[in-house]
Amino acid sequence: MPVIFATDLIVYILFAGAFYFMLAVRKEGMLKEAWKDVKKRRLAMVCLSVLAAYSIVALADSIRWRDPIRNESGRPALSPSGGYIYSAEALSILDRALSRIRLENEKTYSAPLSSHLYVKESIELPDGRVAREYPPLRYPGAHILGTDKVGNDILYIALKGVRTGMVIGAGTTIVIIPFAIFFGVIAGYYGGLIDDIVQYLYTTLASIPGVLLIVAFMLLFGSSGYQGGLIRQSDLVLQAFVPNDRLFWLCLILGVTSWTDLCRLIRGETLKLRELEYVQASRAFGVSRRGIIYRHIVPNLMHLILITFVLQFSGLVLAEAILSYIGIGVGPQMWSWGNMINTARLELSMEPVVWWNLLASFVFMFGLVLPANIFGDAVRDALDPRLRFK
Amino acid sequence: MLAYMIRRLLYAIPIIIGVNILTAALFFYVNTPDDMARKILGEKNITPQAIENWKMDHGYNFPAFINTKEKGAAVVTQTIFFQKSVPLLWFDFGRSDRNNIDIGAEIRQRMWPSLFISLPTFAIGVTLDLFFAMMLAYYKGTYIDFLGLVAGVVLMSISSLFYIITGQYVFGKALRLFPISGYDTGIHAFKFVVLPVIVGIMSGIGAGIRFYRTVFIEEIGKDYVRTARAKGLPESAVLFKHALKNAMIPVLTNVVVSIPFLFYGSLIMETFFAIPGLGNFTIQAIQSQDFAIVRSMVYLGSLLYIAGLILTDVSYTLVDPRVKFE
Amino acid sequence: MYLSKRIGTFKILVLLSIFIAASGCTPDDPYRSSERGKNIFYTTFVEPPKHLDPARSYSADEYDIIAQIYEPPFQYHYLLRPYTLVPLSAQDMPIPEYFDRSGRKLPENVPPNRVFRAIYGIRIKKGIMYQPHPAFARNQDGTLKYRKLSENDMSGINEVKDFTVKGTRELRSDDFIHEIKRLADPQIESPILPILEKYILGLKEYSDALRRDLEDIRRERKKKAGFSYNQTLDELENPIILDYGKHPLPGVEKIDDYAYRIILKTKYPQFLYWLAMPFLAPVPQEADLFYRQGVLAERNITIDRFPVGTGPYVMDTYNPNMEIILSKNVNFHDEYYPSRGEPGDRELGLLDDAGKKLPFIDKIVFKLEKEAIPRWNKFLQGYYDNSGITSESFDQAVAISASGRANVTDAMKKQGIRLITSVRPATYYNGFNMLDDVVGGYTPTKDKLRQAISIALNYEEYIEIFNNGRGIPAMSPIPPGIFGYSSDYNPYVYNWDSAKKRPVRKSLNEAKRLLAEAGYPGGRDREGKPLVINFDNPWTGADLTPVIDWYIKKFALLGIQLENRTTDYNRFQDKMAKGNFQFFPWGWNADYPDPENFFFLLYGGNSKVKYGGENAADYSNPVFDDMFKKMENMDDSAQRLAIIKEMTSILQRESPWVWGYHPVAFVLYHQWVKNVKANPMANNTMKYIRIDAAEREKLRYEWNRPNYAPIVIVAAIIVIAILPAVIRKKRTER
Repeated sequence: MPVIFATDLIVYILFAGAFYFMLAVRKEGMLKEAWKDVKKRRLAMVCLSVLAAYSIVALADSIRWRDPIRNESGRPALSPSGGYIYSAEALSILDRALSRIRLENEKTYSAPLSSHLYVKESIELPDGRVAREYPPLRYPGAHILGTDKVGNDILYIALKGVRTGMVIGAGTTIVIIPFAIFFGVIAGYYGGLIDDIVQYLYTTLASIPGVLLIVAFMLLFGSSGYQGGLIRQSDLVLQAFVPNDRLFWLCLILGVTSWTDLCRLIRGETLKLRELEYVQASRAFGVSRRGIIYRHIVPNLMHLILITFVLQFSGLVLAEAILSYIGIGVGPQMWSWGNMINTARLELSMEPVVWWNLLASFVFMFGLVLPANIFGDAVRDALDPRLRFK
Repeated sequence: MLAYMIRRLLYAIPIIIGVNILTAALFFYVNTPDDMARKILGEKNITPQAIENWKMDHGYNFPAFINTKEKGAAVVTQTIFFQKSVPLLWFDFGRSDRNNIDIGAEIRQRMWPSLFISLPTFAIGVTLDLFFAMMLAYYKGTYIDFLGLVAGVVLMSISSLFYIITGQYVFGKALRLFPISGYDTGIHAFKFVVLPVIVGIMSGIGAGIRFYRTVFIEEIGKDYVRTARAKGLPESAVLFKHALKNAMIPVLTNVVVSIPFLFYGSLIMETFFAIPGLGNFTIQAIQSQDFAIVRSMVYLGSLLYIAGLILTDVSYTLVDPRVKFE
Repeated sequence: MYLSKRIGTFKILVLLSIFIAASGCTPDDPYRSSERGKNIFYTTFVEPPKHLDPARSYSADEYDIIAQIYEPPFQYHYLLRPYTLVPLSAQDMPIPEYFDRSGRKLPENVPPNRVFRAIYGIRIKKGIMYQPHPAFARNQDGTLKYRKLSENDMSGINEVKDFTVKGTRELRSDDFIHEIKRLADPQIESPILPILEKYILGLKEYSDALRRDLEDIRRERKKKAGFSYNQTLDELENPIILDYGKHPLPGVEKIDDYAYRIILKTKYPQFLYWLAMPFLAPVPQEADLFYRQGVLAERNITIDRFPVGTGPYVMDTYNPNMEIILSKNVNFHDEYYPSRGEPGDRELGLLDDAGKKLPFIDKIVFKLEKEAIPRWNKFLQGYYDNSGITSESFDQAVAISASGRANVTDAMKKQGIRLITSVRPATYYNGFNMLDDVVGGYTPTKDKLRQAISIALNYEEYIEIFNNGRGIPAMSPIPPGIFGYSSDYNPYVYNWDSAKKRPVRKSLNEAKRLLAEAGYPGGRDREGKPLVINFDNPWTGADLTPVIDWYIKKFALLGIQLENRTTDYNRFQDKMAKGNFQFFPWGWNADYPDPENFFFLLYGGNSKVKYGGENAADYSNPVFDDMFKKMENMDDSAQRLAIIKEMTSILQRESPWVWGYHPVAFVLYHQWVKNVKANPMANNTMKYIRIDAAEREKLRYEWNRPNYAPIVIVAAIIVIAILPAVIRKKRTER
């Protein structure tokens, strides 16, 4: 039984968007030129492939289904009405591929590739005395990046964090694109009172400190939704959809706090496009305003959206960590690098230090943000160097 | 000029009112006064009567926006919105929900530690950013430029949480060069300020260098610079005299807009280093859900943002006489 | 230009290093150099206190501060165990007098149901003086000097110590009576008013009368101000002072200046414990008159921040964002270090200072430390005198010896750090919603379901993983050290292992068997659907995720699906109040060392859903309730013990709670701190502590030598890396 979260749609749209641009660069035009330019930069291409790898992990973690519960004989248990009963755990392709490290848990901390636990425990000796020793691991040497406080494999947790990071980085922009285009275009195209209202709206929103807006919003919507972990019956709509997803709300509110830049850019670009000759010409030919917007204005805004997307990406991934630290980020049950750093902070005061949790979150996060930054620069330079001074 | 400034200020008024209404709507519907009371009265022995009493004693025993029980102007004034949000317009922040302290007095007191951290971080940070950016522009094409750029991207790809955690660990614990955290007043604050300032500069320097480097390189490419170079001026003179002066506009946009926010402090930095500033205040209020404080800080933050916008516009005129006011 | 700039930076660097060098050879010292070698105790607080008003304050962190300042009539003896009350500001321990309906005096061991009135006559010590405080300052004509402050009087005044004239006066019985009336003041919102209203004669009527007065005053002010009335601002500028004398309070009588009596409606032996809490400490009326002035309130100078007491310490600096400093009270009355202790105390040196005048320490500095890591590191550096142990630093600090005894590790021992452990009079438990269709109910099958879960939640493992062994698995609600605690094991969860000579948890198979008998074989109901139980908790912090995981895993062992329903604390409270929950974790810290303070959490009349009480599981068993009523107000006796035993066995069978664990507090002290003995009930223990400041200074210096070498090396590497390009560039330019 498949399960689709609201945030899964973001990942699907991300891939659809990537596909769209892949088709778009084949056609003649600005995008093709830009693509040629980007292709020349070896570093940018390396970064693109790293990003693609992350995206594939995120996609693999966004296609999931629930298995029917089996009774002791191994056959699926049936409900009185004759249907299957599904488990509360929706395992993604990633989970299934990694089921070895997902299930091979230890009791608590163990260092990477170690054979014993990292923490001494009271062990009852045969003669009844109690000694404090390092107990051996259940799966010695199996944990490449060690295990965390309750014995989960760090590599698995870090990989699960990929989807969260990608969703925050990509989803935030994706969620707000429709709004930004709508408001930006009507403000730029119609001008006058509409323009004033839209400008008032985004200036007011931009005036409120982002963090505090996020706090208020997350307290309102965040605590009721799906927090990660097992799926509750109450979360499910039509047995397959989870629309009330805390991560989705986080994307939305992060979007609201960052949409003003994009909206302003689109408004400015629309103002310019409106005056172009061919737009003027089609107006003279009697094409309706809506037709002009659909045919001539919106398609010519795509490069702005692409630039905003790639430039905002890394900042948003970093923001997730900070918001989770304040307690208004993703839910505590959701695997994320921010939650990892948060717990790793305390582990640094252990003696000897538990370093692998911090290192893993650092490496995975850095591995996403660095290529995103480099690739983002390349895309921006290729598409519109002037935007450096926005 | 004066007329322009007045116009800008007038334009700010509807925005301030909008912010006020928006925050009130969020805060009084998100967290109903009942929720606040329960949270604040604590774990032990809460009766429904106690909640009613608390609401009464803190002035939350009103409807949110319209009070149908009253007559005349009191329909509007005897509401939570009017009693709690409208006084913000004349900087009357009222009392905190949790321990009944005067928020205005608290803000005035906490502003200083925030400034002690953010001002040096900002001033030294911008200076260093500009300095390194010029160095990179000066050494453009050599391996220094390349290494610098790589370092910049790497530095900005690291979460600021890592800088704080490792900074405290290395400088405070391992090398014992600075107190790990804390604060003191007056001149004694110095030793507490150094480490947060270093960490603050580190977490901003990557993005800063990259940005200003592009600004300088753009400027170097312009005609007048080529002319200056052709005249035989040494590269350093071209860079530091001519290019720097003309690069001031993008620099200003970036710098001036953030000046008012220096009062606001840094949320994360102040918590980690136990600096009793406004950022710390805000985090504390968020975690204890003291919405009177959060509301005040939202409002203050909005004012500072608007002030920043106006300041930027004004500073343009001072730097570039070509900018005109329509 | 460029060159001169570099010299500028160089100069700054030199100045900087001089400054660092001048601040001593321990640049990581967070204190001013003027504080070195002083008789100051350094410790921390985690979050700013909400209230320091003794009528409102109700948390252990706040008591750490105000218990050093306010002196209620009684205190717990510092060294003796079991916990024993001794006089503090009272002269002696009162003997309660009981009377029946006709006014006849009854003997002391009378059963509670015959008592109509209980009278506590309290005599107070003569000659106790208040701390110097501006509230007592008087003009020549005897009127209060700072009673009518105006804005002009406030220049240069930011805290209480800025007032130039301070006065004092002798402690009188009126002050104790005044405080009881303050508890009834609706503006003060005392958390214990509902409890005391049940016992003190006429307190309920009195507090209702005060509330009516307050509402009248507000109504009048609103009428006068018209539509522009804003209650918050109005009362900030012009605080309301209620007239406590207007209404009678029959439950409290003044006998003379040094004696008063409190009249209770029932027999309530635990009342003496309340008299050892700051709630019933004396507060002078002058303090209320002083602090309820608009100009002071606007500067956040209130009794909630600047206490006025007779205790060994006074509030010196109150900056809750940074530090709270208490200093010695110059007017402190004569009090001496106890000369009696438990067996073994003498050997530990706890009686070395017997008979010496208290307090020993000049100043107590509380620093705000929210983060555990800096807190711990500064303790290791010697900058804090004591420290708790986080789970993360546990193995660094504590080693468990082969015999199971906890002690400090060798590294700590080398630093001379000592470990003090004590079982806290508290319990952490998991409750079932007894009103719920699935987990609640009182039939034997439902009992079995709860028993099965109780077996599966292996608290020995929990304590080991999350508390590093700092806890005792609970068998009943009553923690060790409280009357009625028994070391007997819970027969529904444990079996006696005669080989190991200790109870061991029943096996998982046994739990599965019970579950099957409860109608859920393998965790499935009759229709084959898995049993799903909601886990309602307020654990939003990321550090609690592993704990939630643990619960889910343990339930999964039985085949039960635990649905986690984490919400913020507000919504959690709301769910508890409405009964919209199934399984929840909570804890209870004793107010006083009496079993009644634990059993009342399960008394039917305290049901949270029905009556808004503290019985969150909404457990209600008429037999248990009857016994509770009987046991509640009994004196400790063999009879009481027998009832408690019976009540315990009912609870164990019906298992409305999973009896989690009783936490054990581990506190570390540096070697220079003397006279430390854990006393979880007493809060005013700072006066007994002594420190050797010279020793501390010496060790701090040894432990904190700075290390500049890595900085120099890194700087050198950078310079070397840049140099070739600089040279090349210089060459090409030439």
